[in-house]
Amino acid sequence: MAQAMPEAILRTESLTKRFGGLTAVDTVSIELHVGEVHAVIGPNGAGKSTLTNLLSGDLRPTSGSVFFAGKDIAGLSSDRISRLGIGRSYQKTNIFLPFSVFENCRLAAQSRTPHAWRVFHGAAEFPDINLMAEEAMVAAGLSQRRDMVAAALSHGEQRQLEIAMCLATRPRVLLLDEPLAGMGPQESQDMVELIQKLAGRHAIMLIEHDMDAVFAVAHKLTVMVNGEVLESGVPEAVRGSPAVQTAYLGGEDFLNG
Amino acid sequence: MRALRLAELLLLLLFALLALFPLIDSTFYTQLITKVMIMAIFAMSLDLLVGYTGLVSFGHAAYFGLSGYVLALVAPQYEAVSLWWSLPAAMLVCALFALITGILVLRTKGIYFIMVTLAFAQMVFFVFHDTKFGGGSDGIYIYAKPTLVIAGFQVLNLEKLNQLFYLVLIIMAAVYLLLRRILGSTFGRALLGIKENEHRMRALGFPTFGYKLSSYVLSGALGGLAGYLAAVQYGFVNPEILSWHQSGAVLMMVIMGGMGTLYGPVVGAFAFVLLQEVLSDQGFLGPVAKHWQLAMGIFVILVALYLPQGLAGLLRRRKAEASDGSSDA
Repeated sequence: MAQAMPEAILRTESLTKRFGGLTAVDTVSIELHVGEVHAVIGPNGAGKSTLTNLLSGDLRPTSGSVFFAGKDIAGLSSDRISRLGIGRSYQKTNIFLPFSVFENCRLAAQSRTPHAWRVFHGAAEFPDINLMAEEAMVAAGLSQRRDMVAAALSHGEQRQLEIAMCLATRPRVLLLDEPLAGMGPQESQDMVELIQKLAGRHAIMLIEHDMDAVFAVAHKLTVMVNGEVLESGVPEAVRGSPAVQTAYLGGEDFLNG
Repeated sequence: MRALRLAELLLLLLFALLALFPLIDSTFYTQLITKVMIMAIFAMSLDLLVGYTGLVSFGHAAYFGLSGYVLALVAPQYEAVSLWWSLPAAMLVCALFALITGILVLRTKGIYFIMVTLAFAQMVFFVFHDTKFGGGSDGIYIYAKPTLVIAGFQVLNLEKLNQLFYLVLIIMAAVYLLLRRILGSTFGRALLGIKENEHRMRALGFPTFGYKLSSYVLSGALGGLAGYLAAVQYGFVNPEILSWHQSGAVLMMVIMGGMGTLYGPVVGAFAFVLLQEVLSDQGFLGPVAKHWQLAMGIFVILVALYLPQGLAGLLRRRKAEASDGSSDA
């Protein structure tokens, strides 16, 4: 408790998820702080996405706790967790394809306001909601695409929209599940810059396979293997750890990825 | 945008034509169009669920019938009941039924939702069919139509065909405008989001169950409004109006007309009822008329094959062609 570090905004304690005989996430304890990007890496099947789903409420933990601002939120539904201020993006792009970019963001922002039940007002008549949506589009670099249908966006732009929707809900914690998946070099570069920009005001958990990106943005690095935390700490220390070198990273190829 | 304008223009034209329709002065056709408009209200109420919330209900007849039975049961045998309280009462019973069953059925999805809504509607059917409570399979006659009295002055005499016709026409237009308004609100957008991807809506912080339940209750109450008007028109209720055939027919109107458009189901109701009338007309088609369901089935298949967006899709297709043309020019 009496650490120099300010208290973590999101913290797990021995978080565990079992699917039948398989332990997908095994007594994982990690911390997220505002102003920090905490990258979680590991081979496929290490339990990274399951961990994200536990934090976002998409899955209920088998045991263990999740503390958000000091309160145990383990087992709450995903919509409650989202309203508390924990936003997530999905590994597989998960946006409303028939809606415009603006409407995707507007809808996301709408979830934060008590206007939902004012059924005789047009949806776009609330300046506060529209402002949140516009800001999220600008932040994610999508203002040029405002009125385009989401289905017509490029893959990279859809990934940006995924983040923009998340931002429109004004979260304090961002859980980003492989935001760079399937992106070209320039798009990746833009996304890395976006994550760096967002890190100032958010606590970010970043799941990513692109090691260049991870080492470019991460303040903290956790390596997971078989559902367990193998190593956790500042990136340089983790990179040098013999256990990580032998068990997972396996040489320079991966690091230069 | 353009398709919407065109559709709205056509709807205004339809409204004007319908407003002039009683000038034809035919008892048969005035009654027929009244029936069509009641089915259009019924179909719009179902479109709220199917087309805008992504909930395919196969038990919508429950509200149609329940509301009719409420009217029949609260009306004194040979006297007219007041419309002022019997209509809200009928709709309230439907809303309550939707609230209670909705809490249960909305926990299911997809094919299970279809089956569970059907099951609840069948329960209501058998309650009225197999007990003396609602006159059993014979049903109940409503000898006097409800009256609308303001300060001792009778505003509407629903025994008069034309007055019932105009009441139904106004209510149909009002339901359309009400639903348009609601669907254009933040609430309506949330419903569309739920239809598109409920999981994502929850991740964005929407308590989706409450939204779906509200839509379900509103849909039930408006379905009840249609059922009430039908009971007023026919002057009797029997378990037929609660049967799954009725649920199937209204679902067909919605799908055939074009779900998720609101005007599509209105078109669907007109197409369905008028086609049924023509195809089952023995004077017109002779002995073949007995097999009208066969011809209707073929028509539905053709619409499904060539107009996947329903009859309303004709408007959208025209719009697509128009915009292609303008970009070429």
